[in-house]
Amino acid sequence: MGSLKVNLCGIELDNPVIPASGTFGFGYEFAELYDINKLGTFSFKGTTKDPRFGNPTPRIAECTAGMINAVGLQNPGVEKVIAEELPKLKKCFNKPVMANVSGFSVDDYAFTCEKLDKEEQVGWLEVNVSCPNVHGGGMSFGTSPDAAAEVVRAVKAVTAKPVIVKLSPNVTDIAAIAKACEDAGADGISLINTLLGMRIDLKTKKPVIANKMGGFSGPAIFPLAVRMVYQVAHSVKIPVIGMGGVSTAEDVIEMMLAGATAVEVGAANLVDPFACLNIINDLPETMKKYNIENLSDIIGGVE
Amino acid sequence: MKKGIFEIKENIKLTDSVMKMTLCGDAAAITAPGQFINIQLDDLFLRRPISVYDCGDNFVTIIYKVVGHGTEKMSKMTAGEKLDVLTGLGNGYDLSLSGDAPLLIGGGVGVPPLYMLAKKLIKNGRKVSVILGFNTKDEIFCEDDFKALGADVTVTTVDGSYGVKGFVTNALPENYTHFFCCGPEPMLKAVYKFTKTSGQFSFEERMGCGFGACMGCSCKTITGYKRICKDGPVMMKEEILWEA
Repeated sequence: MGSLKVNLCGIELDNPVIPASGTFGFGYEFAELYDINKLGTFSFKGTTKDPRFGNPTPRIAECTAGMINAVGLQNPGVEKVIAEELPKLKKCFNKPVMANVSGFSVDDYAFTCEKLDKEEQVGWLEVNVSCPNVHGGGMSFGTSPDAAAEVVRAVKAVTAKPVIVKLSPNVTDIAAIAKACEDAGADGISLINTLLGMRIDLKTKKPVIANKMGGFSGPAIFPLAVRMVYQVAHSVKIPVIGMGGVSTAEDVIEMMLAGATAVEVGAANLVDPFACLNIINDLPETMKKYNIENLSDIIGGVE
Repeated sequence: MKKGIFEIKENIKLTDSVMKMTLCGDAAAITAPGQFINIQLDDLFLRRPISVYDCGDNFVTIIYKVVGHGTEKMSKMTAGEKLDVLTGLGNGYDLSLSGDAPLLIGGGVGVPPLYMLAKKLIKNGRKVSVILGFNTKDEIFCEDDFKALGADVTVTTVDGSYGVKGFVTNALPENYTHFFCCGPEPMLKAVYKFTKTSGQFSFEERMGCGFGACMGCSCKTITGYKRICKDGPVMMKEEILWEA
């Protein structure tokens, strides 16, 4: 049997499958169902300097082959994540975990990353400059090359861990932003975050989501994500994590052919809590079907 | 929580818009009345969370109102069809707080989760009173089911076409030890205001996953932020913070 292993910024993953931030909590709900050590790793719930409740409800709207969410970075804040969530996680997950970080200022990002840098179990920092659901921060850092680079420089100054920047698709030239992050010292790029979307209730004539708009995700966005991963992988030399609508082992292979070193799975986890485990279990057979010996051989293999 | 494939045994109409569906499969993950199941439907992305009406080792029965694409699709399904279902979701009601003479208050499609609760409370030797609120006579369902359990049942209708005229709060008895409530939010607020004992409320919200992963259905309570799907849907009266 061939190998599923990939190397993500110097850390080896048993397989490239990573549940995406915001769809996997801190892992416990899933650890009740299966051994989450079977995952490559996972990206935990987006963490900010201060605790946040997030947006008013309804926060969820269904779409054809996808969904919109406007959770708005609900999390207990970095101090509590370190004091309460990470010790609990340690009991059910023995691999390096990806810490997802958001902020409302450059200092916020640096503060939170500096705290998480001291945590042994944190393998990578995934810096989210692309949340579409908060104002005065989040996505505004990811829509300008200069602002994104400034966040990267501030974070790199306070951590020795690999810094992966999570980018927004709600931009005209994502490759330029990825390049700016690479030049500022980023160790990897992950993309795509959700697309800004909206649904309207025909009966009430009101937006379905209390915050009016939210992030669209799910299988519907997969082709767009593949295109952007391809564009970014061709503009930077650092590893790229592909995500956006991935739900099957074939999707993982397609993302890797487009240039992804690893693949995050988001909305699929909410529909089927076993989605990532099923993908991992299906990978060997799917690799055989396409004559793939080692998964790492196909990264960027599109001709 | 458990994921399993269930076969539809029966899917029948109770009123113009309310249906009762019985599913056969492993229901062992359902441990308390007031929990819900989450059903996957072809061509619809998110699952549909529906409260449990009754269950046994190898079956679960739900009662649902046809309100949107998902329930519309469910209403057209027939015996023998199979569904992918997550079972045993949510906390459910805490029966240990009932006291000797609990009062169960349900409104519309908030009635079904109270059935298995009444059944268990009666089995535990409690003297159970039930108030079922509906808009009008044609919308009434489940009255006889509660009566068959031996509960003392009062039905209210807003238009007075059957039972006590008015809302469930017009039929509150003098004495009860604790209450359990499920229904539309205006009803929950009225019950909150007019009841004098401790009690439990079951809440509804648009959900993403239904098992605590996405934070799509969070609410604020006196004891902190809670996920309606995982920490709820049942909340204690004492911890509720009504949004302005």
